[in-house]
Amino acid sequence: MSSAVADIHADHGEHDDHGPAKGWRRWLYATNHKDIGTMYLLFSLTMFFAGGTMALIIRSELFSPGLQFVDPAFFNQMTTMHALIMVFGAVMPAFVGLANWMIPLMIGAPDMALPRMNNWSFWILPVAFSILGSTLFMAGGAPASGWTMYPPLVLQTGDAFPFLIFSVHLMGLSSIMGAINVIVTIINMRAPDMSLLKMPMFVWTWLITAYLLIAVMPVLAGAVTMLLTDQFFGTSFFLAAGGGDPVMFQHIFWFFGHPEVYIMILPAFGVVSEIIPTFSRKPLFGHDSMVYAASSIAFLSFIVWAHHMFTVGMPLTGQMFFMFATMLIAVPTGVKIFNWLATMWRGAMTFETPMLFSLGFVFLFTIGGFSGLMLAIAPADIQYHDSYFVVAHFHYVLVPGSIFALMAAVYYWMPKWTGHLYNESLGKLHFWLSTIFVNLTFFPMHFVGLAGMPRRIPDYSTQFTDFNAIASIGAFGFGLSQLLFVFIVFQCVRNKGEIATQEVWDNPTGLEWTVPSPAPYHTFETPPRVTSGAAFS
Amino acid sequence: MEHAEDRYYVPHQSHWPVVGSAGLFFLMVGVSVWLNGTDTGFWVMMTGAAILIFMLIGWFGEVIGESEGGRYNSQVDMSFRMGMFWFIFSEVMFFAAFFGALFYARNMAVPWLGGESNNFFTNLLLWGEFESTWPTNGPGNIGGDFEVMGPFGLPLINTAILMTSSVTVTIAHHALIHGQRNLLKVFLAATFILGFVFVFFQAEEYIEAYQHMNLTLSSGIYGSTFFMLTGFHGMHVTIGAIMLTIIWLRVMKGHFTPNRHFAFEATAWYWHFVDVVWVGLYVFVYWM
Repeated sequence: MSSAVADIHADHGEHDDHGPAKGWRRWLYATNHKDIGTMYLLFSLTMFFAGGTMALIIRSELFSPGLQFVDPAFFNQMTTMHALIMVFGAVMPAFVGLANWMIPLMIGAPDMALPRMNNWSFWILPVAFSILGSTLFMAGGAPASGWTMYPPLVLQTGDAFPFLIFSVHLMGLSSIMGAINVIVTIINMRAPDMSLLKMPMFVWTWLITAYLLIAVMPVLAGAVTMLLTDQFFGTSFFLAAGGGDPVMFQHIFWFFGHPEVYIMILPAFGVVSEIIPTFSRKPLFGHDSMVYAASSIAFLSFIVWAHHMFTVGMPLTGQMFFMFATMLIAVPTGVKIFNWLATMWRGAMTFETPMLFSLGFVFLFTIGGFSGLMLAIAPADIQYHDSYFVVAHFHYVLVPGSIFALMAAVYYWMPKWTGHLYNESLGKLHFWLSTIFVNLTFFPMHFVGLAGMPRRIPDYSTQFTDFNAIASIGAFGFGLSQLLFVFIVFQCVRNKGEIATQEVWDNPTGLEWTVPSPAPYHTFETPPRVTSGAAFS
Repeated sequence: MEHAEDRYYVPHQSHWPVVGSAGLFFLMVGVSVWLNGTDTGFWVMMTGAAILIFMLIGWFGEVIGESEGGRYNSQVDMSFRMGMFWFIFSEVMFFAAFFGALFYARNMAVPWLGGESNNFFTNLLLWGEFESTWPTNGPGNIGGDFEVMGPFGLPLINTAILMTSSVTVTIAHHALIHGQRNLLKVFLAATFILGFVFVFFQAEEYIEAYQHMNLTLSSGIYGSTFFMLTGFHGMHVTIGAIMLTIIWLRVMKGHFTPNRHFAFEATAWYWHFVDVVWVGLYVFVYWM
């Protein structure tokens, strides 16, 4: 494929398009997986800053006790919108963007299996988020019930209510179509010699993630549909007087919600499993066991949902079941952590930015995993529930977890995308600033949470002041550090860095490193014939 | 001509997805505005629906043209098959949410309201008069007294109709494979006619429920689960019957060959899916 840059403009008489289309049509009518991947990534970056701005509004308000900047109703809107935007607008689309860019390159496919549907998956997102964002300007304000949308609270939402429901429907539609595309691509489009267990870990974790998405996004759609009919059409799903139960919503929601959190972390596991071997100069330790571990995590994710609701009232047997099932997740997750450590063991390690973010991921995600184990213990959870300890827990798995993995992925593959190396010193600076500030933000939340500070409240008791001030400083530091990230990406896209080689890194494995940098507009138009299994491992 | 088997097929750019997004935008905004009590929302909604229908006709039309033009190799065919399979799986999970609600209400929520498990005081203090039964419209008698839709009569007839249609579509499929086009035309027509007859009887059943049995969407949890489950199912039958009609029209135009007929099979899968859901509905909603 070394001459592919020249080849792509040659007329094979097989394809209707060869180079990118001119102007806006290239993006609006895109069917090229690289273009769509780029749009996903840019969209998610935009949403990351929108959701981040809301986080900073929350942290400004919480800098000191008392009410200073925003009124409590708006504070609640900020927590709700921050979560919805970060979950559905930033983290999920970012991973879909990576999937679009990398899966065809990693399995030797020319594109995603269903390129036009791929376009629709993306272009539904701006519709969904413009509808959701517009609720900020409506009578009664944006949704303020938390992203979990529990009834009866959510039924008090003003004009925003149906817009919230339908924007969630649209996000689900986008995710389901994206996930179908990923599964079909992986199952049907692999290079002929690539058996399932030879697939790279990123591809594996995305296969499992896509399965989870198709399984649970429709359930979320069902749950919010019930909210809609309860509000407007007189049904009684969540009305005790009619024989329904508000707690039923929580069960249905978390049947979606728990697999959802693995949807946000499994691709991150995949990313880290690609990066650590490259910079340890050793193959991934226990590739197959990683596959089984990820599959086990996916299976367990369906039978642990009620650990989110230990305090709502549930039979004792239910509490016991969900507690033990939840703790069981630590086993396959532990397998993954130890495999990463074993991969690094006695490796010739170097610490470029992607590796730094991956190491940060392994260390800090594990902290979030451990606090999750604490929360899994039903009797203890009654103390932790709805406190800042929970906020600390899930931000540890989402920010230095999912977001760090995303950062690592961007640094790792950006030279392949743009053909230029990023500025390594600035990348390392970005890592250290992010790591210091993310801990400054979220670590103190463990303390205030254990001491009893409730979440989703704009005011707090004065003994929590110092830790909250520290957390707010950390949040602003983290937010501003991300501007550095934008600068680094911008520089790289503007071709300011050194020219990247085809391999970019020191002898990395995977088919994506066998195409030129930047990857030509069309790659693998004929299936690559790779005889050595080692190239895939 | 058949597309080369050793090369991948990558379609050209398409404007249909963006048209679809515009349709969804107007549809969703329109419904929301309408639900919030502004009548103009209805027309925005209809505009969105019209755009979506336009998009579906255009997009499917293009794909049918490409397919009949022999642009798809067997790999593309397999991608479509897998895509349809996973789409149907997502539909199964959507219905699972509503079946889950039914089971939860029947086996947990309603008995607990009646004081079972450790809910003696909940019952005593909040709903002292309430005894757990099924079907119920809850301790608040929401929607007033109602009659229950029994398993015999129309629902049984509808079960027979849908089961028969599953058989006729299979006969049609075998006819297609063996090149018996006339048999194919007759049995495919029979299938979608049975489908529309089912929808007609379902509508009759709803009219009966609303006018004579005081069984409505607002009849507590029983009315909610009954109408949402059968309603979403009926919607899917309608969509399936429209799909079958379009496939029939394509058959009349001479589309499909004994070994290349993905669209026919996808529609047949979808039809079997709505059939299976109906069996679940008949057992758990009407019968048990």
